[in-house]
Parts: sequence; C-alpha cells; structure tokens
Amino acid sequence: MIRLERRAVPAAKLSYVTPVIAVVLTMVFGGALFAALGKDPIAAIRTIFYEPLFGEFSFYYRPQLLVKATPLLLIALGLAMGFRAGIWNIGAEGQYIVGAICGAAVALAFYPLDSRIVFVLAVLAGMVGGALWAMIPAFLKLRFGTNEILVSLMLVYVAENLLAAMALGPLKNPEGLGFPGSRNLTQYEAANSWIAQDLGLHWGGVAAAVAVVVIFVLMGWHVLGFQIRVSGESPRAARFAGVRPQVLVVFCMAASGMLAGVAGYFEVSGPSGQISIDFNSGYGFTAIIVAFLGRLHPIGILLASFLMALTYIGGEIAQNQLGLPAAAIQAFQGMLLFFILGLDVFTNYRLKLIQRGVA
Amino acid sequence: MKLKSLLLGGAVALGLATTAQAEDPTKVGFVFVGPIGDGGWTYEHNEGRLAVEEHFGDKVETVFQESVPEGADAERVLTQMALGGADLIFTTSFGYMDPTINVAAKFPDVKFEHATGYKRADNVSTYSARFYEGRAIQGHIAGKMTESNIIGYIASYPIPEVIRGINSAYIHAKKVNPDVEFKIIWAFTWFDPAKEADAAKALIDQGADVILQHTDSTAPQAAAEEAGGVITFGQASDMGEYAPMPRVSSIIDNWAPYYIARTAAVIDGTWESVDTWDGISTGMVGIGEISDAVPADVKAEALALKDAIAAGEYHPFTGPLKKADGSDWLAEGEVADDGTLLGMSFYVEGIDAEIPQ
Amino acid sequence: MMVFGIDPIVLIASLMAASTPILLAAIGELVVEKTGVLNLGVEGMMITGAVCGFIVTMETGSPGAGFVAAAVGSALLSLIFAVLTQVFLANQVATGLALTLFGLGLSALMGQSYVGLKSPSFPAVNFGPLADIPVVGPILFNHDPMVYVALFTVVGVWAVLRYSRLGLILRAVGENHDAAHALGYKVVRIRILAIMFGGACAGMGGAYLSLVRVHQWVEGMTAGAGWIALAIVVFASWRAGRVLLGAYLFGGVTLLQLNLQAAGSNFPVQYLSMSPYLITILVLVLMSAGRRRNALHAPGSLGRVFHASS
Repeated sequence: MIRLERRAVPAAKLSYVTPVIAVVLTMVFGGALFAALGKDPIAAIRTIFYEPLFGEFSFYYRPQLLVKATPLLLIALGLAMGFRAGIWNIGAEGQYIVGAICGAAVALAFYPLDSRIVFVLAVLAGMVGGALWAMIPAFLKLRFGTNEILVSLMLVYVAENLLAAMALGPLKNPEGLGFPGSRNLTQYEAANSWIAQDLGLHWGGVAAAVAVVVIFVLMGWHVLGFQIRVSGESPRAARFAGVRPQVLVVFCMAASGMLAGVAGYFEVSGPSGQISIDFNSGYGFTAIIVAFLGRLHPIGILLASFLMALTYIGGEIAQNQLGLPAAAIQAFQGMLLFFILGLDVFTNYRLKLIQRGVA
Repeated sequence: MKLKSLLLGGAVALGLATTAQAEDPTKVGFVFVGPIGDGGWTYEHNEGRLAVEEHFGDKVETVFQESVPEGADAERVLTQMALGGADLIFTTSFGYMDPTINVAAKFPDVKFEHATGYKRADNVSTYSARFYEGRAIQGHIAGKMTESNIIGYIASYPIPEVIRGINSAYIHAKKVNPDVEFKIIWAFTWFDPAKEADAAKALIDQGADVILQHTDSTAPQAAAEEAGGVITFGQASDMGEYAPMPRVSSIIDNWAPYYIARTAAVIDGTWESVDTWDGISTGMVGIGEISDAVPADVKAEALALKDAIAAGEYHPFTGPLKKADGSDWLAEGEVADDGTLLGMSFYVEGIDAEIPQ
Repeated sequence: MMVFGIDPIVLIASLMAASTPILLAAIGELVVEKTGVLNLGVEGMMITGAVCGFIVTMETGSPGAGFVAAAVGSALLSLIFAVLTQVFLANQVATGLALTLFGLGLSALMGQSYVGLKSPSFPAVNFGPLADIPVVGPILFNHDPMVYVALFTVVGVWAVLRYSRLGLILRAVGENHDAAHALGYKVVRIRILAIMFGGACAGMGGAYLSLVRVHQWVEGMTAGAGWIALAIVVFASWRAGRVLLGAYLFGGVTLLQLNLQAAGSNFPVQYLSMSPYLITILVLVLMSAGRRRNALHAPGSLGRVFHASS
C-alpha cells in the first residue's frame, strides 16, 4: 500500500521540479484534449508555450506578457499577505474596479490640465479607492464579526454595477456622441501610465517590481511579516506572541485593496485606456489563483503571474492560428492548475510503500 | 522605438508578401466579444463569417477569436491577427473602437471594419444596422395585438442604440393604439438568462401581454410561453423554436451580405473606408417570419410597413414628434437626421419613465 | 392586495422558482462546508450540470433523465476537486477556482452542437384542487417538480444534520478532523462523498436554469449564480434553514427590484440593481452584530488540509 508521509522539512528542490512536471503532464493531457477536438496536439502545445516566447512574432508577444502579468502580479501580491494570515479577501475584482473608477474620476476632473501632478493624484486616488473599498469588509468584520469572504464578494457585484453606472453617467465622454465609456486616458498625456508601450511597460510594472521587493523583505524580516505568518499557521500562538488580530486585518485588507486599486488605475490609464461598462476582465479572480500557484510567496507569485500570462497569450494565438475554441483554452488552463496544485503535495510529503503487516 | 519600427517593418513586409503572392487566399479575421455559442449577437456575427467561407471557398481563409475582453486584450488580439497576415478584420463590438483605431494606425495595409462605432480612418470603416426599423414593425404588431394595453420592454443598458429601439417601438405602437403604455425594465446586462427570465416574469405580472427584449437570451421567450397568452419577438437571431407562440416575429441581425461584399472589395482591391448604416433595405436587418398567431390584416399591415421602410418611402422617425420633456423635436413630415439618432439619449413624448443616468 | 403596484402573492410564487438554482447549489455546498471543505468551484459544477442535463434531455426527451444526468455529471466533475484536495492535499481555494475555470471550458466544449435547440417543457406538478386555494394555492401548489425537490433537499439536509448519526459524523469531521480521525471516522472518505453530494446538487441547480428557466443551452449561462450560492452558505452561517431564507431573500430582492422597475417606480435603476448585494450585506451585519465571533457556526476545520499522520 502506498501512503503519504509528511516530510520533516519541505523538499526545496522538488518545489522547483514539480511545476515542470505539472506543465509536462498538462501538455500530455491537454494534447489529448486538442486531439479529441481534431486539432494537431503537437502544434497546439507548441503554439501555446513556444510561440509567445520564441516564435516569429515574439518581439511583440514578449512585451505583451508583461502587460498581462502586471495587474495579476500587483493584485496577487497583496492578496497573498492576507491569505497567509488567514484573512480571505475574495473581492479584489471589486477593489480593482473601484480603484480604476476613483483614479479615472480624479484624472478626468483635471482634464485638460497638462501637468504630471494629475497622474500622481490619480494614482493616489486609485490606491485610496481600492483600499477604502477593502476597508468595508474589514470594518464590518472587526465591528460586527461579519464574514469578509461574503462581504468582499458581494462588493464585487456592487462595484460592477457602479462601473456600469459611471460609464453611462458621470464619467461618460462628453464628446462621445452619447455612447457609454469615458474619455480615453491614454490620449490624455497628463494621466497616461505608459512608460514604453512597445516594451509593454507602464508604471504598474514598476510598482509591481517595487511591491515584490517590499513584500519579500516585509514577509521575511519585518515583525509584521512574522506576525502574519504566525497568525496564519497558529492563531493561538499568535495571540501569545502579542499579535493584535485587528491590526493585521486592517493592514492586510488595506494593503491588498490598495494594490488592487492601483492596478485598476494603471490598467485604465494604460492598456485598457478607458472606463467602459465591461472594463474589468476578471484579473481580481485570476489573481487569487496566481497567489496560490505562487505558493503565496512573492517570488513564486512573480513566476506564476508570467506563467498565467503565457497561457493566456499562447492560448489566444492557438485560437487564432489553429481555430481552437476559447473554451478549450479555458479547460487547458484548468488542467494546468489542477496538476500544479495536485503535485505540490510532494514538496511537503513523500510517498512511502508500506508492507501490510503480516501477523 | 526600435521595436515599433520593427513591428512596422514586419507589417510592411507581410503586406508586401500578401500582395506579391496573389494566389494566396485572402485572410479575413473576426474578433467577437462573446462566445460563438451565445445564440445571439456573437452567434449571428459568426454566421456571417461562415457565410463568407461558404461564398468564397478556397479563395478566402477566415480566422476568429471569441470572448475577447474590450481594452488591452482586444488590442493584442487585433495585432496578432494583423501580424498573422489578415487582410481584413471585423471587430464586432462597440468597445473595440479605440483598440481598432490604434492597431489600424500600425498596420496601414490591413483593412479594418468596426461595428457600431463612430471613429474612422483611411483603413477603418464602420458599419452598423438600423435595428430601429425592425422595432417599428414590432411596435406596430405589439400595439395591434395587446389587449391589456401594457407592453413590457426588457432593455439592457441605457445607450443610444437601445433608447432608439424603445422610441421606435413606442411610436408605432402608439400610432395604432393610443391607449398603449410601455413598462421598461433596465436589466443592466446584455446576457444573464436568469435575470432576463425574472424581468419578463415581472413585466407579465405587471399585466404586460407583449414582451419586447433588447437582451440576447431566449429566457424571456420561455417565461412568456409558460405564462401563456403573451407574445414576444425574437432578438438578434430568429428564435424560431418559439414560433408560432409566443414568438410572433423577430429582428434578425444578418451580417452575411455585408461581410461578403466587403471581403469581395478587398479581393478586387476596391475597398474604401466607408460608414455603413444599413437596415431592412439591404437585408442587414431581417424581419423573421410573422407567425399565424398574428391576424392576417395585422400581418399585411406589418409587411406593408416593412416594404415602405425598405423602399425608403417611410422613415420610422417622421414628425410631428416631441421629446418626453414636451419640447419639439421633429415638425410635421420632418425626418430625423442620422446624427441625432446615433446619439439619441431622450425618450419621445408619451413614454412615462426616466432614462437612468 | 397590491403593494407599490406589486402583488405579493405573485411575487412570492415567482421567487420560489427563481431561487431554486441557487437554493440547490447552496444546500449542496452547505453539506460540503459542514465537513470542513471549502469548494469554490460551484459555478463550474453548475454550468457542467446545465450542459449535461440539457444534452441528456435532448437525447432522451425526458427532463427527469436530464436532471439525473446533471447530478451525475457534476458529481463526477467534483470528484476531480475531491481527489486533488483530499488525496493530493491541494489548496482548496485555488483548486475550487480552477474547477470553475475547467467547468466553464468543458461545458462549452460539450455543448457545442446543442446551441440554439429548445428543450421540452417541464410541466408543473398537478395538485388538483389544492392549486385553487387562495393565497396558498399559487404559492405552494403550482410549481414544477424540481422546486419541491429543492425544498425537500433542504429539509432533508436540515434533519440529517440535526438529528441523525450521519449528521453528527459530518459535523464532527468538519469541526475537528483530527479528533474525528482519532475516533475512527474515515475523514477522507466522508469528505469525498460530501463533495460529490455538493456537486450533484449544484449540477441540478444548473440544469434548472437550462431545462426550466431558459429551455436552452447557452455558454456561460449560469452568469455568476454559483458565486451567489457560495455567499448564501456564509450568509446562512452554515444552517440549512437559513440557506432557504438566504436564497429567498436574495432571489426576492432581485425580483423586487425588477418588479419595482416594471411598476414604474422612480428609484434610480443602477442603484436598484446593486440592492440585492447591499441588502445581503446589511442583513448579514444585522445577524452577526452583537454575537460573539465564534458563534457564527463556521466549521472549525473549514478549508484546512487534513492528513492522517498516525
């Protein structure tokens, strides 16, 4: 009989090897799926993983990986801190939307003032907006003991309705002939977040890089990081260690809301360009997966965000060139996640063959 | 900047390559906002794509991408198609407007066609359909058929396109039935079957015996069928599976003729940037079979109205018409100009409701 | 009697049908969470149920067979989640989200050739004269069978959790899996079965959309209902009776806002459409206010990984 036995120390080497095995397994099973759909599996796999990185047009796709990974990275970094402390902010999508709305509202309020101050103020507004939206579940949790999973999730739907109302009402482009959607912020130089569009780099990328380092240091060396880790692993021990749970809830929710909110503003003033009814495209939810794929570790999340971005962009190319349905790519991404999550067990446990006891 | 020039270089090289090898099939790309299995808006655009494939056979190759979010993802998908050698790309949602313009600027040799927008360029055309013409016919049938004199309308978002449809239907219902009243529900979604079913149910509970919808699913049809004695109209696609009752007619988005014509223009080299806003006359707006549930005289009137609109003898927005706030809009015999219609953000007189702002 | 131009009896009867999908999915998820497992893949299981039910109904002509197929199909899908989280000890939150992604993709692939078809009707149960009783008749005796199946499931889950030995075991496993294991209960096996039960319920909820509400298969047709079901479980503070309350409250507020619009009220629409979510939050706050945190009845081991180390 085979059973799992906990390792005394997690196997560091395996934590690098298992994702690779997972990718290989996904290629095999995904390939079978593509073959079942009547597509050449080898070509499909090659298109998804190779084409964006080294293919004919990789000069275009590589920067696009950065564009796609940036918001995922920013949001997932913030969420991961809370998750490690056992604080479940599932509503990053809402904070992302509200951050975008607040930032865009501030930027558009100054239109057409030509000063980079506008950008700074808008970024701040995005941070504050996202953080405040996240403070609603945090406050309700602390004051009334209300579950933050539910409140933050409900607030996503509230935010989506708010977004539609803004795109159709207050933020509607006055020169847009009555059509929904705000002015294009990339055409408003003072609010534009692009640094080098051809490199896929906007200020969100810079912010994400800074956030990786700050959170890495915070989690590893700062007392707050210590408290977060202790709280997540053993709430009882945390209390003895003098951790005040209220402080952690406020900090983790505010930090994750702020990062999601600012990601929203960078997106709306860069890659996306404008507030529209369907501005959000699920980054807030995908970031939850990215956070876990990256094992809630800043460096892991950095890698995971690019892996997710790769499957998105490679998947698009496969749709385009091979006529694979979008649904097949979704199923493929699901498989990849299954394998990565499932194989993770071997870093903490080992397989052991047990002889059935013979009397 | 080096990358940009490289990108442009690549595009130019590809452009040259495609013109040099004339026997290569013309590549036509389609970008869809929903899944092709949505049974509504995207489904009909995809039908248009399939018609192009069938019409041209080996001479044309089509590529498409479904469920593309508006914004950054759209821009990437468009670039990808252009890099992949597409000669003509249809972008089939309003939200693709800026991405289309941006990508078109980088690929001057590729032709773009953007649906329902208003920004054009040398290589960007726009096209849209005068669905309000179909709404006029629906309004006429609805006004004649209603017994409760209450007509329910499931609207999506308060944008000009939707408001235009409500006004057109109302004007023509009122014309044949002065007692008619419109009850409007804004669903704030294009597609959410459960919510659409609930909205239809709410309208029926409020006494409506005609349901018009500007959302894509068949859920309102199912709700009407269940309630009984309520008539509906198919939206985007024919929804003929609900005929003859509750579905008595429909507006069908028929993009195929336009897609075929524009593809032919690219093949011939006669493509030019144009603004197309077609209706019943060219078949872009199709009127689905009027079922036997409609009395023969009403059916005849509806068909006559359809013919008059198709022939250009009658415009659904013909004065005298006032706005809901009581101010004058169109004088006797005056016809609305396209500019006002495109940006329409007011109800006509008689609709007792507020447009959400 | 009319309130704001709305007939309350009609409204209540409508909301019983409208709430059935989220009610079924929520009651299934409740059982899953009672055993200490958090499965965020409800949306994926619902949509899979919607397509499985539709396909089988179209092939056999029987909606009843469709609902069975939906339950089986989604239970099989949930087995992926069960194996990953219970055998491979994967993180439940992430695996659940992945399950949703996978389910959305898989269902779309399965349903490709069924787009645009219409499923046969699913008539109401005939209660004879009972349906004509004023007030009670239209509310209680004029629905299709699945409305009653959903209600009986809620009552059954409530009774089992409260009064039976099985319920005791389920709760024990959810409260403290180590202790339950020490008592000799098969924690992993019990959880896997609970997850499959949750999958089956979610599947039937999804099929209710495709077979009863819409009579059609459309990609992504659950449009977020699975997330609402998840929220309702938390809202109900893990009690079966309150799941019913939560589902009806949510369904009711949604219907009420649409009815208010139809009745021509002048509330700003865009804020009305937020109201179901805001009111859910408000009620939750009222319910949790003044109570100690651990009185919220969250199962003690919810979301935690179990590994039998002995």
